[in-house]
Amino acid sequence: MEVFLSQLFIGLSVASMLLLVALGLTFTFGQMNVINMAHGEFVMAGAYTTYVLQTSVFGTGAVTLAFGLSLPLAFLVGGVLGLILEFTLIRRLHGRPLDTLLVTWGVSLMLQQLARDIFGAPNVQVKAPSFLEGGITVAGVSMPYTRLFIIGLVVVALLAIWFYLSKLPAGRRMRAVVQNRDLAAASGVRTPHVDRLTFFIGSGLAGVAGVAVTLLGSIGPTLGTNYIIDAFLVVIVGGLGQLRGAIVAAIALGLANAYLEYWTDASLAKAAVFALIVVFLQFRPQGLVVTRRRGLA
Amino acid sequence: MTRLGVTRLLAILAAAILAAAAIAGCGSSSSESDAADTGASTSASADSGGDAIKVGILHSLSGTMAISEVTVRDSELLAIDEINRSGGVLGKQIEPVIEDGASDWPTFAEKAQKLISEDRVAATFGGWTSASRKAMLPVFESNRALLFYPVQYEGLEQSPYIFYSGATTNQQIIPGLEYLKEQGARSLFLVGSDYVFPRTANKEIKAWARANDVEILGEEYTPLGHTEYGTLISKLQEARPDAVFNTLNGDSNVAFFKQLKGAGVSARDMPVMSVSVAEEEVAGIGPENIAGHPVAWNYYQTTDTPENRRFVRAFKDRYGADRVTSDPMEAGYVQVHIWAKAVEKAGSTDPEKVKEAARGLTFDAPEGRVRVDDVNQHLYKTARIGVIEPDGQIREVWSSGRPIAPDPYLRTYDWASGL
Repeated sequence: MEVFLSQLFIGLSVASMLLLVALGLTFTFGQMNVINMAHGEFVMAGAYTTYVLQTSVFGTGAVTLAFGLSLPLAFLVGGVLGLILEFTLIRRLHGRPLDTLLVTWGVSLMLQQLARDIFGAPNVQVKAPSFLEGGITVAGVSMPYTRLFIIGLVVVALLAIWFYLSKLPAGRRMRAVVQNRDLAAASGVRTPHVDRLTFFIGSGLAGVAGVAVTLLGSIGPTLGTNYIIDAFLVVIVGGLGQLRGAIVAAIALGLANAYLEYWTDASLAKAAVFALIVVFLQFRPQGLVVTRRRGLA
Repeated sequence: MTRLGVTRLLAILAAAILAAAAIAGCGSSSSESDAADTGASTSASADSGGDAIKVGILHSLSGTMAISEVTVRDSELLAIDEINRSGGVLGKQIEPVIEDGASDWPTFAEKAQKLISEDRVAATFGGWTSASRKAMLPVFESNRALLFYPVQYEGLEQSPYIFYSGATTNQQIIPGLEYLKEQGARSLFLVGSDYVFPRTANKEIKAWARANDVEILGEEYTPLGHTEYGTLISKLQEARPDAVFNTLNGDSNVAFFKQLKGAGVSARDMPVMSVSVAEEEVAGIGPENIAGHPVAWNYYQTTDTPENRRFVRAFKDRYGADRVTSDPMEAGYVQVHIWAKAVEKAGSTDPEKVKEAARGLTFDAPEGRVRVDDVNQHLYKTARIGVIEPDGQIREVWSSGRPIAPDPYLRTYDWASGL
C-alpha cells in the first residue's frame, strides 16, 4: 500500500513536469498546426533566465526573490523568443507543417549553440530557494517541497489557461480560430494577431517550465532535448492540440512510468511505455480527445 | 484553409523524429587547420613533411556529452600550446585539427577515419564514453594509427593502438570499493547509466563483492539523459544499503543528486560513491546538493604538487578564473605531453616508433609522476578518494600513496578470474 501511494505521488510529479512542458506545445499545435521543435529550447531559455537572475542580477543573497521573479520573467523571455520565431519564420510557412518542423528544428540547434557560446558548454547551477528545501511525509509517503511546488505550478497554469480561454475576449477569439479559422476570419477576428498571441503564450509556458526544471534537473545547452520527446508523446496521445487530452495523457504517462519503473527498471519502463503508446495509437490514432469541427474540411 | 488530417500529421511527426535522429549523427565540425590536403590518401603514415605536425582532437563538442568533453579539449589545447611555446616537437609546431564527435558513436568512427586519411594526423587525442572508444578502436587498429584516450574506464581492453591515460578499474573503482568497505559498508546498491561502462564496471563490482562478503542489494540502470529519479530513489530508500556505487554519466547526475537531496537523503544516511563526478560536474550539480558524498579519481584540483599548481594557474590564465580542473582534463593534458615526449625520444611521429619509445616513459604530471606501462599502454596512477566540500572543491581523504600498476584485465585479483 505504501509503495502504491509513494509511486502514485512520484507518478503525479512526473506527470506535472511532462504537462508543464507539453502545455505550451499543445497550445501552439491546436491553434496553428505548428510542430515547434524549438519548444525545448524555450524551456532551456527559461532555465537560464533563472540562472542569470540569480547569479548576475540579484547575487546569491536573494535566492528566493530571484526565483519568484524568474517565473514571470521566464514567461516573458520564452514568449518573446516565440514571438520572434513566429514573426520571422513561422507565419511565412503557414499551412506547411513539414517545413515548419524542419525550420524550427534548425532553430533549436541554433539556440543550443547560442546558449553554449553565451553560457559555456558545462552545466550551470541554480540554487533552490530555501523554502523549497525538505519535504513532508503524509501516510508514509515523503513529498519533497520542490515536487509539490511543481504540481502546484501546473495547477495554477491550468487555471490561468482555463480562465483565459473561457472568460476573456482574447481567449474566446482564440477558441474561435481553433474551431474554424475561416469563419472566425470572416467574422472579423484578425487571425494573424491571434496566432501571434497564441505563440507568445505557448512559448511563455515553456519558459515557466524551464524555471521548474532548475529544481529537478540539469541546466545546460541541451536541456530541452531531455524533455521534448516525452512532451511530444503527451501531445500525440492526448489528441493533437487538446488541453484536456494533454492533461489525461500526461497523468497516464507519468503513472505508467512510475509503476512500470518500480516493477522493472528505467530502461525497460521506457520501452514498455513506448510499446503501450504504439498499441494505443493503433486503435486510436487521433489520440484521446477529438473536437468535432464545424469546418467543411 | 483546410486542416490537415490528424493521421497525416502524426506520420509527419514520426518522420521528423526519425530525421532528427539521423541528422543528429552529422554534427558540425571545425578545423583549425588550413584546407584539407588535396588527394586524400588512405595511407596511415603521418604527414610530417611540412613545418607543422598535425594532431587530431576528437571530442563531442555538441550533444549530451559536450558538457564533459569540451573541457578535455580545452586542456589538450593548453598542452599543445605549452609544447609549441617551448619549441614544439622535433623542431616543428603542433597543429591541432579539431573534430566534433557529436555525442554519437558512429560519428566518432567516421571522424577518426577522416582525421587519419584526410588530415593525416600523427596521433589523435579523443573520446570520453567507452561507447565512443569502442567505436573508434577498429578504425585506429586497421589504419595502424594512434589514439590517446583520457578517461577512466571499465578495463578489459588493451588495443595495441590505444594509449589509456585515464584510470582502469584497479586504479579507481577497486580503491573506491575498498574505501567504502573500510568505512564499514557491508551492503551496496549499484546505480548506473545504461551503456557499456556501467554494465561492465558493475559486473566487476559484483565479483569483488562476492569475494569480500559485501551484499549487493540492487542494481539499476537508467538511459543516458534520464531526468526522473523519483522511483529509483524510493527503491534506494526501501533497500537501505550502507552505500551506493554510482556509475551514472552526464546530465543524469545532476537530476539524481538534486532529487536525492530533495527526498531528504543525506551523505551521512547513504553515501554515494561516484566515479564520473569531478569538479566540473560538481559545479553543475550544485555543491550544496552533493557535499559530503565521496568520489574516486586519480587527481583533484586540490592535489598538492608543484606541477599541479602550475597546471591550475596556466589553465585559469587561459580560460578564466572561474573554471575548474578535473581528472579527465588532467589526463587529457598529460597524454599530449606524453605523446610529445615519446615523439622526441623516437625522433619520428611514426606510430610504431612512438609506441616503442613510449614504453616505460615517465612524466611529472599534476597528479604526481606517471609511467607508461611497458606492455598494456596504460599509465601507472595514484588512486585518490575525495569528499566533496560545500565550496565545490574535492578534499582528498585517502590515497594509495604511490602509483598503482595498471591491470586492465584484473589478472592479479583471484575473484576476477571469471570475468
